[in-house]
Amino acid sequence: MENKRALWRSLLPPVIMLAVIFTVWELIVRFELVYSWLIPSPLGVLKEMAIGWERLLEHWLATMQLTVLGFLGGAVCGILLGMVLHFVPLVRQAMYPVLILSQNIPVIVIAPILTMLLGFGLLPKVLLIILVCFFPICIAMLGGLAQVDQGLRNYMGMIGSSRWQQFVHLELPSSLGSLFSGLKIAASYSVLSAVVAEWLSPKVGLGGYMILSSRGYMPERVFAAVLLIVLTSLLLFWLVSLVERLLVRWRPRKEAR
Amino acid sequence: MLELKGLQKSFRSNGTVREVLRDINLNVMDGEFVSIIGPSGSGKTTLFQLIGGLQQIDAGEIWLDGVNISGQKGHIAYMPQQASLLPWYSVKQNIALALQISHVPKSTALKQAEQWLQQVGLAEYANEYPHKLSGGMSQRVSFLRALLSPQKLMLLDEPFGALDALTRLHMQRWLLSIWEQHRRSVLLVTHSIEEALLLSDRIIVFAANPATVIDEIKVPFARPREGELWSDSTFNELKQRIYEQLDA
Repeated sequence: MENKRALWRSLLPPVIMLAVIFTVWELIVRFELVYSWLIPSPLGVLKEMAIGWERLLEHWLATMQLTVLGFLGGAVCGILLGMVLHFVPLVRQAMYPVLILSQNIPVIVIAPILTMLLGFGLLPKVLLIILVCFFPICIAMLGGLAQVDQGLRNYMGMIGSSRWQQFVHLELPSSLGSLFSGLKIAASYSVLSAVVAEWLSPKVGLGGYMILSSRGYMPERVFAAVLLIVLTSLLLFWLVSLVERLLVRWRPRKEAR
Repeated sequence: MLELKGLQKSFRSNGTVREVLRDINLNVMDGEFVSIIGPSGSGKTTLFQLIGGLQQIDAGEIWLDGVNISGQKGHIAYMPQQASLLPWYSVKQNIALALQISHVPKSTALKQAEQWLQQVGLAEYANEYPHKLSGGMSQRVSFLRALLSPQKLMLLDEPFGALDALTRLHMQRWLLSIWEQHRRSVLLVTHSIEEALLLSDRIIVFAANPATVIDEIKVPFARPREGELWSDSTFNELKQRIYEQLDA
């Protein structure tokens, strides 16, 4: 009971705020303070979603497939690379600056290069998402593996555990908290980069749909796609949190949020 | 069974050399409970790390059961000051893990852990995660974990140092009662003179900077021991003697 009331109290202010924003927005469009072909009314967007949901669903599924493929690929690459860098200090020293440098190249530049190299299929798009995703995951994994409680490490050493046993029983479990922070960041990155990837060959997917609708001066459709992208991002974030809660059960509830 | 022969250890930092251990000679017999007592920073933890094989010895040798184990890992059971239970494993799994690392098959290890938890009245905690345990409980589990490990020598590194006085007293008696039923060779490091007198067969007094052995005391009390030693006059004489040595 107590919890439910607290939940409502924390939800109420943002809900009111959003309602105010949408109302003002709706009124601005109604009184024609902006061109309606530039910015649609919120109700218009909802109406568009209700009418065109079948088409939207199709595009959403395509984007979702791309996102999940890229995110999982990025997660596997990031985690594996994190482990390799953790085990081989020399490679870590050599790779770390290169990794950080590589992150400063804008996605917008990489995307067309990938397309030119690999064509218009699924592969270059998935690769783009992997490239964007693996970095936060790799860094989080590496940080997590390095930040082991010294008392526990000393204990494991004293009882004669091997390097591998320390990794499996100590470092890997301690890294999970940090790893999941990285996965959550990567989850929202992956949706956005899927959309960018779809701009390249706008056949299917929310990104393509957005571009085509924008070119056709159909702002309701553009905003409908944006809304779906935001929701997808939240959905992925929630899914990752769910997996974390299932996997990391040893922490007291308060911390486990 | 354990023999330390002329152990030396120094640490180098920023060009200065700090001598931590100087010519440490001591031994622990089969089934004997030996305590090392000394001022803070007298290198007792370093000594344990040498015996555990975590640090390299500068000079000297460590022998266990007639085998030179200098610089080798995995020959001792260990109970640290912080319980050091892995938070992601249940109490039972934590105990079993220590045994597994000492090459006990997993199923045997789990069975043994369960049996012993039952025996010492901790069965209800077997499947709990460590964060649910109080400090005293954690240390009981930590002790049990060391006791069940197959190695013949147990190193206890200030095992009750982080507990409040009352819990500490309970824990000492608890450990004593279990150990007296299941004798193992023990080397204990402690700051507490009473603790050393209550638990040990022999006490080795260290001086600090660098650590050297300055006294060795045979504790004359018969076993099984009770908590009433406090009022014994020999107890207080020995306490006085050690106190003066540490204070000097």
